[in-house]
Amino acid sequence: MSPLVLIASLYVFALAAFLGYQVISRVPPLLHTPLMSATNAISGISLIGSLVIAGAHEFNTHTLLAGGNDAKPSIVTILGTVAVFTATVNVVSGFGLTDRMLKMFRREIKTKEAK
Amino acid sequence: METVFAQSLPLSRYILEFTYLIASILFVFGLKSLSHPDTARKGMFLAEAGMAAAIVGTLFHQDIHFYGWIIFGLITGSMVGAAFAIWVPMTAMPQRTALSHAFGAVAAALVGISEFIIHGSELSAFTRGALGFEVMLGTLTTTGSLIAAGKLQGTIRGTPVQFKGQQLLNLLIFFGMFSCFIYSVIYRDAAAAFYGMVALGLLFGIMLVIPIGSADMPVVMSLLNSYAGLSSAATGFVLGNNVLIIAGTLDGFSGFILSVLMCKAMNRSITNVLFGGFGAVHHDAAAAGEQGTMREIKLDDAAIQLRYANKVIFVPGYGLATAQAQHAVRELANVLEEHGVTVKYAIHPVAGRMPGHMNVLLAEANVPYGELYEMEQINPEFPTTDVAVVVGANDVVNPDARDNPNSPIAGMPIIEVDRAKSVIVLKRGQGRGFSGLENPLFFKPVTNMLYGDAKSTLTSLTQAVQSA
Repeated sequence: MSPLVLIASLYVFALAAFLGYQVISRVPPLLHTPLMSATNAISGISLIGSLVIAGAHEFNTHTLLAGGNDAKPSIVTILGTVAVFTATVNVVSGFGLTDRMLKMFRREIKTKEAK
Repeated sequence: METVFAQSLPLSRYILEFTYLIASILFVFGLKSLSHPDTARKGMFLAEAGMAAAIVGTLFHQDIHFYGWIIFGLITGSMVGAAFAIWVPMTAMPQRTALSHAFGAVAAALVGISEFIIHGSELSAFTRGALGFEVMLGTLTTTGSLIAAGKLQGTIRGTPVQFKGQQLLNLLIFFGMFSCFIYSVIYRDAAAAFYGMVALGLLFGIMLVIPIGSADMPVVMSLLNSYAGLSSAATGFVLGNNVLIIAGTLDGFSGFILSVLMCKAMNRSITNVLFGGFGAVHHDAAAAGEQGTMREIKLDDAAIQLRYANKVIFVPGYGLATAQAQHAVRELANVLEEHGVTVKYAIHPVAGRMPGHMNVLLAEANVPYGELYEMEQINPEFPTTDVAVVVGANDVVNPDARDNPNSPIAGMPIIEVDRAKSVIVLKRGQGRGFSGLENPLFFKPVTNMLYGDAKSTLTSLTQAVQSA
């Protein structure tokens, strides 16, 4: 990473931290569970890093078993695939559950359940 | 393009970076929409669209050459994720969330380790530092969250595991991990130190969470949320990817803010939390205090009290979740409202096992969110309340926190049910709560106890009110 890119990244980090503080302190306690679920899903964006790692190299059982440096691409493919799996679970279940929860928060219950 | 920038990139790369930018903006919009329940769903759709765009865009990344394993991971992950989303009951949200912190942290840690395996010898000192942070936070969050999930699910005993010299041992593990980190930053390709850091990180995560009792879980959950987010942000620094930095930082800060709020709601300091020394406080001094007699009330008498009250406030706690009694509360409230009783719900910030846990359960039971009140809003109303009904809550209504400066929970803000004209406490048995503290509320003259499983008691109460 070149120094200029690094500095730009630090700017991004600092501004995101500030923005996060501003945005998230406005979320009412009522929605703290959906908030946790939503931020979890959003940080599942690390999936895009996992994808590049899982797909960059060829998986080969022979080189994997041979060990040493030749095994590296296959090992990385396995680690990347596990990461793709866990990150995908987080994205799908995080957004899914957030929506399921948010659907339940209603201002009024229009049809009072009949006894 | 060459004329615009000194260094040129393939067009596809520009398009990809642009999708990431859009995704970042949509994520912020999504979180902003969570400031109100009416706008929240729509906002989250935007965030989902941003996520979809970023993922699809990445599939065309120039470095991806082999798709078999990716597709395998995406499909199995989607299936498991969808199963979670559809079938996890709302009462199990805390353990599901703990598990998802573990999953997010695993992904970050594995990306970090892969990066070390492939590029370990080419990384700059700064990148090695970011990589170390990513892997340390990732590994300790993984095992810590798994332990938390196990405790919440009940597969691991929820009682704190404590032994002599624990703090010292934890300190040693931490310094061991940190030394490995420093070494791997200073020296290029220091494999032994790097994997030592991985192992110690995994161990440290376990040690960090085992001494913590179930009642302190809201703080732990928030803290692990923060760590998981920050490890994603560190991944962004390693890969030089801004959308990862932004999403990870938002997640990290969200967890951090929730930790601070939870700490305030328990009157603990943030340093106390950051160094993992919490939970222990409760159990050292389970002061018995002066006891009295607890008065039991008959079901029919309780029903009559409720039936002829003007205002009733329900105070739910974790017991409501374990008894799955949220629908039973709502049914009782419905019947009371039909008889002209005003019904409200008082929610303590740390009621339950994660931030906002009670709100979700009551919303699931069709309680409109207008009837859910925060602690500060509802406390002034208790003197004019005829009956306060405590359902499976204990510490959050313990008047000792306010009145007894020697109490281990002294100074913790509470829901002041003891100021109501009368209190009915629904409780499983006569024992103490999770914290092991005696609760003087149960011995006060205004308080009546109603023992039994919360769900069946509430159902019987509902019938009794209808026939009263």
